[in-house]
Amino acid sequence: MTLNGWLQILFFLATVALVTRPLGAYMARVFNGEPTWLAPVVRPCERLVFRLTGVDEQHEMRWTEYAVSLLLFSIVSMLVLYAMQRLQAFLPWNPQHFPAVAPDLAFNTAASFTTNTNWQAYSGESTMSYFTQMAGLAYHNFVSAAVGLAVAIAFVRGIAARERGTIGNFWVDLVRGTLYILLPIAIVGALFLVSQGVVQNLRAYDTVHTVEGAVQTIAQGPVASQEAIKQFGTNGGGFFNANSAHPFENPTPLSNWFAMFAIFAIPSALTYTLGRMTGSQRHGWAVWAAMAFLFVAGVTTAYWAEARGNPLLTSAGADQTVSALSSGGNMEGKEVRFGIANTALFATVTTDASCGAVNGWHDSFTALGGLVPLANIQLSEVVFGGVGAGMYGVLVYIILAVFIAGLMVGRTPEYLGKKIQAFEVQMAMLTVLVFSLVILAFTAVSSVTTHGTAGIFNAGPHGLSELLYAYSSAAGNNGSAFGGLSANTLWFNTTLGLTMLIGRFFMLIPPLAIAGSLSRKKLVPESSGTFPVTTPLFSGLLVGVIVIVGALTFFPALSLGPVVEHFLMQSGQVF
Amino acid sequence: MSLARNLLVATLMTVVTTLLLGVLYPLGITAVSQLAFRDKANGQLIARNGVTVGSRLIGQGFSKPGYFHSRPSATSTPYDAANSAGSQYGPTNRKLVDAVRANVASVRGDNPGAPVPVDLVTTSASGFDPHISPAAALFQVPRVARERHASESDVRALVSAHTEGRTFGLLGEPRVNVLELNLALDDRFPPSR
Repeated sequence: MTLNGWLQILFFLATVALVTRPLGAYMARVFNGEPTWLAPVVRPCERLVFRLTGVDEQHEMRWTEYAVSLLLFSIVSMLVLYAMQRLQAFLPWNPQHFPAVAPDLAFNTAASFTTNTNWQAYSGESTMSYFTQMAGLAYHNFVSAAVGLAVAIAFVRGIAARERGTIGNFWVDLVRGTLYILLPIAIVGALFLVSQGVVQNLRAYDTVHTVEGAVQTIAQGPVASQEAIKQFGTNGGGFFNANSAHPFENPTPLSNWFAMFAIFAIPSALTYTLGRMTGSQRHGWAVWAAMAFLFVAGVTTAYWAEARGNPLLTSAGADQTVSALSSGGNMEGKEVRFGIANTALFATVTTDASCGAVNGWHDSFTALGGLVPLANIQLSEVVFGGVGAGMYGVLVYIILAVFIAGLMVGRTPEYLGKKIQAFEVQMAMLTVLVFSLVILAFTAVSSVTTHGTAGIFNAGPHGLSELLYAYSSAAGNNGSAFGGLSANTLWFNTTLGLTMLIGRFFMLIPPLAIAGSLSRKKLVPESSGTFPVTTPLFSGLLVGVIVIVGALTFFPALSLGPVVEHFLMQSGQVF
Repeated sequence: MSLARNLLVATLMTVVTTLLLGVLYPLGITAVSQLAFRDKANGQLIARNGVTVGSRLIGQGFSKPGYFHSRPSATSTPYDAANSAGSQYGPTNRKLVDAVRANVASVRGDNPGAPVPVDLVTTSASGFDPHISPAAALFQVPRVARERHASESDVRALVSAHTEGRTFGLLGEPRVNVLELNLALDDRFPPSR
């Protein structure tokens, strides 16, 4: 580890902290329906969309109607994405003449992009036409993020409402989140990325004759427009197979910083939006502090492990020492321009949030370096988290935290003036249990059937890690992978597709139910028995609940995967 | 709202937003990029004597001793920029250790006794990392200088001139673009025939 490495990490966190307030306040205005500086341009578009689609923007929805609208939209748009892949040979912008995507892969990919997961059992540059990438995949990068954002805002409204019963209008939240937030920053982001060297064209792949006379085909495409929303929407699906390690997708240290900044920007700002909309700004910052603590813990571990390197490489004769001329460390599956610090940081960021973009291969990380992204996903990605998903995810943990605090002092727990009762805790526990169950059950079945074990690439404990990572990533809607796993099979496409759908909608409907229930409740005045949610004690308790729930659930599985692999790696064992 | 009405809204919403976000947005970005950043938007291809020899951002294979060599590539045919991929070897995979050991053996003779920089013997994430570390470039200087009949200090100076530092002195890692360095090498010290 180097001073420069730590300064890069600190610089990154500082830029995220700086954007939190302005962006968070802006989002609160957008979702409260207040005027914003973009309104003169955006408001006419917004009204046009409402007129074309027949949406009544004054209509308020109960949580059930909100959930039904959300599900219908997800189903319809998922079917369109499936059809687009199956028919891409007949659609425009297909200069490489890619044929239809196979049915199981098309299902998996449609589920993946609709659920904001962006798990990819295909290589973009050899499978998807430019049209599918733009109008199918990048499109879902926008709307799946907008759906997550809508649910988070609906949840916060439920907390803030007084005996109302309604939580907003799904269609209005979807359109506002897209037009006022995601689209403008994607436009700016895409142009910035092009200025860094991210390609943006519709040309056929180039064939060049290299200096030594070989023929090299260079994939092209409309990458920057997809890349910007891939990060801002915490989607993570690469235009190319190598994702953000591909020099056309992430060419410079600055584009790399921007990618990571974009992943955390909205999730971090949502903590401010939470504070603003519930009238307790200090609570928003207390949540932010808990998240920042878990982020620093993760990146410290990952950076330490990768910088320390792999003793097996040293014994093979490679010099992993850090110097002014070399970043040293475990460089297998990493790019020189990012080195160790930026790859470890990126891996932490992308799994703290439910992004899943990678700028180096997690499968080739050292055992403990690879444990960090896996554990981050298993903590339900509430460390800033996905766009919206991180916020409604952490609100579930907050409910559990105040519930536990209430049990300790023997009073009915309250959260920002709302009584937390049996229904809220049941719904919160439902999300926690479904998440763990789906990961552990599918991993267990895959590890003892040939359908599952046939996909394993790295033998030994690492093989179990590959399976565990796949189902964790799918259930957490992350999308990154221990990429050695051969996942483009009927078994993995189907089970991972189902896991993504369960991991999305079972994580998203119970929070809406909680929001609906809280919205109906009376505000109870704060009393001496109220557990304050604005203090470091609260932040600490929240961290404790997140870590304890995750550790109790996943430590046994992790100890059979990365933990035991670490000790074997240290003792020189290979498989 | 009735379910049928809601389904109609969902369908219309999908159509309208697909046109806006899936067609207009990327085409608009493409148009602006092609006007404002034509070279960058098209991949920064490099031509020499009228022949396109590669992209500044895409690493390519060099095996002749008179050139600086890129990092090993794990794409199915090496440096295949139409099929990006990494090795996916886990840290305890025997094949990883064997591959690194073989790579070390093949470069050891370039600079006997010097430590072998790790990036020169491990595969990159993309399969065509355009860069090597300054350490990996300097490691190859004795071999390249010998082949080019140039002095080591001249070649080392060329490496220095092609070493990119951190952005703002802070971000990223120092690195050397292998293709650009080799093109400069051909200019400065043409290969002997």
